Amino acid sequence: MNNQPNLTIERSSVELTKEDFVSDQMVKWCPGCGAHAILSSVANVFPKIGYRKENFMFVSGIGCSSRFPYYVNTYGIHGIHGRAAAIASGVKIANPHLSVWMATGDGDSMAIGGNHFIHIIRRNIDVNIMLFNNQIYGLTKGQYSPTTPMGSVTKTSPQGTIEHPFNPGELVLGAQGTFFARVIDAVPRLMTEVMFEAAKHDGTSVVEILQNCIIFADKTHDTVTNKEHRDDRTIVLRNGEPMIFGKDKNKGIRLNGTKLEVVTIGENGITEDEILVHDAYQQDPGIHLMLAKMAYPHFPVALGVIRSAMYPTYDDLVEEQISYAKANGKIKCVDDLLNSGDTWEIS
Amino acid sequence: MVKTKSKVIQRDAVVVKFVGDSGDGMQLTGTLFSDTAALAGLDLATFPDYPAEIRAPHNTIAGVSGFQVHVGSRKIETTGDQCDVLVAMNPASLKSNLKWAKTGATLIVDENAFDDAALKKSGYTENPLDNESLSGYNLVKAPITQLTREAVKPLGIDNKSADRSKNMFALGMMYHLFDWDFKNTFDFFEKKFKNKPEVIAANKAVLQAGLNYAETMEALSSVFQVSKAKIAPGRYRNITGNIATAWGLLAASERSGRPLFLGSYPITPATEILIELAKHKSLGAKVFQAEDEIAGITSAIGASYTGSMAVTTTSGPGLSLKSEAIGLAVMTELPLVIVNVQRGGPSTGLPTKSEQSDLYQALFGRNGEAPVIVIAASTSANCFYYAYMSAKLAMEHMTPVILLTDGYLGNGSQLFRIPKVADLPAITPPIAKANDPEYKPYRRDPVTLARQWALPGTEGLRHRVGGLEKEDVFGNVSTDPLNHQKMVDLREAKVQKVADFIPEQEITGEKQGDLLVVSWGGTLGPVLEAVEQMQAEGKSVSHAHFNYILPLPKNTAKIFDSYKKILVCELNSGQFVNYLRMTHPAHQYLQYNKVQGLPFTVSELTKVINQTLEEK
Repeated sequence: MNNQPNLTIERSSVELTKEDFVSDQMVKWCPGCGAHAILSSVANVFPKIGYRKENFMFVSGIGCSSRFPYYVNTYGIHGIHGRAAAIASGVKIANPHLSVWMATGDGDSMAIGGNHFIHIIRRNIDVNIMLFNNQIYGLTKGQYSPTTPMGSVTKTSPQGTIEHPFNPGELVLGAQGTFFARVIDAVPRLMTEVMFEAAKHDGTSVVEILQNCIIFADKTHDTVTNKEHRDDRTIVLRNGEPMIFGKDKNKGIRLNGTKLEVVTIGENGITEDEILVHDAYQQDPGIHLMLAKMAYPHFPVALGVIRSAMYPTYDDLVEEQISYAKANGKIKCVDDLLNSGDTWEIS
Repeated sequence: MVKTKSKVIQRDAVVVKFVGDSGDGMQLTGTLFSDTAALAGLDLATFPDYPAEIRAPHNTIAGVSGFQVHVGSRKIETTGDQCDVLVAMNPASLKSNLKWAKTGATLIVDENAFDDAALKKSGYTENPLDNESLSGYNLVKAPITQLTREAVKPLGIDNKSADRSKNMFALGMMYHLFDWDFKNTFDFFEKKFKNKPEVIAANKAVLQAGLNYAETMEALSSVFQVSKAKIAPGRYRNITGNIATAWGLLAASERSGRPLFLGSYPITPATEILIELAKHKSLGAKVFQAEDEIAGITSAIGASYTGSMAVTTTSGPGLSLKSEAIGLAVMTELPLVIVNVQRGGPSTGLPTKSEQSDLYQALFGRNGEAPVIVIAASTSANCFYYAYMSAKLAMEHMTPVILLTDGYLGNGSQLFRIPKVADLPAITPPIAKANDPEYKPYRRDPVTLARQWALPGTEGLRHRVGGLEKEDVFGNVSTDPLNHQKMVDLREAKVQKVADFIPEQEITGEKQGDLLVVSWGGTLGPVLEAVEQMQAEGKSVSHAHFNYILPLPKNTAKIFDSYKKILVCELNSGQFVNYLRMTHPAHQYLQYNKVQGLPFTVSELTKVINQTLEEK
């Protein structure tokens, strides 16, 4: 875009390490909680991103995930329930030179904060959202959330939930999201790789982390994420690579008519040529939505960067409008404003 | 036509009210009339009175839109209890507004609009223009619709389009009645309809036709002469309270060097502030129209953390939605201005009517011990100053400030003496210095008790804030009982200390006496005028009008000691008087309250004041 001010975030002049981002606060998540691995991934990836450490900022709402800002040594706000996306919007619009990160959970972002979540995505404000999806309310001790699978018995659904859960990816793409990725808390290498991609993306990025709550929803993602069968039940998508998965690397996704299907390469004359090649950068979200919706047992669950499309960001457009107005507007200071229009002298 | 020789009536003030159907353009007519009055050197106050619906059913009472203007050669404190001239464009507007016309007032009506259908819709069983019901008034039956159509016929304009200019016919008649120059209004047409020469020509022709017609009317043979007002020398403009609020905030941003961020959601009657600030990107104002009231304030809190002068604007129901977030700003001790343009409540209430019933909400409407500064503007023009002071106190004391205005102030307009930004008080926010080894997030200035503002991006100041209770000085999360007590006390003391930084309460009248009339916020005009009338009659009455509500000025108790009786007048059921009973329990308070969505009238107040003086 023309006229666009240079908004690159200032880079660190010295090499940073993991220790630069570790705070002095005691981490109070339960032992065995998936959040520990996420924290560690953030501390690993932030030095690699390369920005000055003072230019990182964390924002959160309420819930177990939302204690995150206290545990990373950056600027940060621990907000109120559901409002992290709105607070982060204000932070990024007010100071676009910050790398703004948001830690939120399935309840915080999709129940009480659902409105702010869809609107930050729709506006494409350059905030990196880490969505800790453990399918349960942890901090309030075990009530079902908007992502709890239907039929689950929880403290507030003794006979099983009767609600259809959200698929966060579907919600993000429905809100015109430009970046959506999915990772597993137990696979830190993929997590850091994806977080790095999220940081690079100009616009709202949402990384859904399939996270285990060891106390209230233990093994909730186990059917998919357990090491024993993970390779057969998930697929890691990488841009430009064919969608092949499975222990034996012989299964693939292809398009059959208007639908995706899982095929075995080498069976019924199917060759690798028929397998879809992932294009995370395409504008059209059609295939991305189908990939985000893939669910066990009919499909492998898609991991990695599912969508990363380029669109103008809200924060860039704000700066562009302000630069234009400053260059072309007649009113340069408040005295000009006060004396604009009809005024008269009384002596 | 033969020009009748006009008789001149000298007046020190005249109240004019334009009323019509909500599509009749009464707001524009009133605005143009008041702009011309201001250019003629008069002091003035205006008040638009319009329905909540954009276009309520045609010709019904519900759809009546009005605009009242009080002009004068003396200081104009109010928009006037009752009008001297009522311009009514249809039967419904006459029916609903006749009670606001003085006995003997001049009524100018469009007689063409009084057809059977319109009479029926407005609830008249017979045409009031044909019977004796208006005999107590100077009734001017003008065929406004017909003459407007004729005036534009030579321009080839059809009747339907012509009818849109009817209001300018009425305005032309008024310009005759006041003997004012219409050049300013012609200039407005040129500017407003720049690319529509036929519309400019039509409006000019109609206004001129109205003026010519009035000159020939026997009933309008006398014209008002209001001499120039004695106004302090300076440069002036007309301003509404909402625009003044927006500009005061912009001035505070410029003076403090902190960029303005507004997070807001449209709501009547506060929306104009959002609209106005959205125009001023050239001054660097960042305006975020949020998805809801909560996002409005929480985005502002985020912006405040980064060092912006953060503002959120709303009206009553919106303030309710923001309550939890105000608590967050209290806990994080971040500067934030929350503007509440009050309207009638509770719930959706009376969106376009004015009230002072959000005071409790401003003072107490949060969970926990959550003190904030509360300030109330009292005139449309001084919304500028109190918006400025709200921003100054918020930033210098690192706290949220609630600024209360109301629909009456926000939509009403007044003459405004244009200040120079450099003459406004300096604003010096306590911004932390890079790599300050002494920096701690909750270390406080010993005088103000404000913590420092450490801006993201600054080296050596990385820190976290949040809604959980904070450890004194260090700002870490703390559930320690004694620490919580200490922090609650510190937050309260910080807000109370603001009393050292605000002016002492002033009094109009004798420093002691029989009666002190107390009021606050948007009721200044009528209360002051009532008190001044009493004083002119030699009564021992003084007036204290409060703008600083929390904390109250330090001399408040001393003032209350000096009068035999204290009467608190407010447009709610007694919220300020109960607040005084709580904060200053040593005194006895009488109260006068009205909750009708209407301002006080001077006459009702003088009556109450007289009664209070007489009662033993």
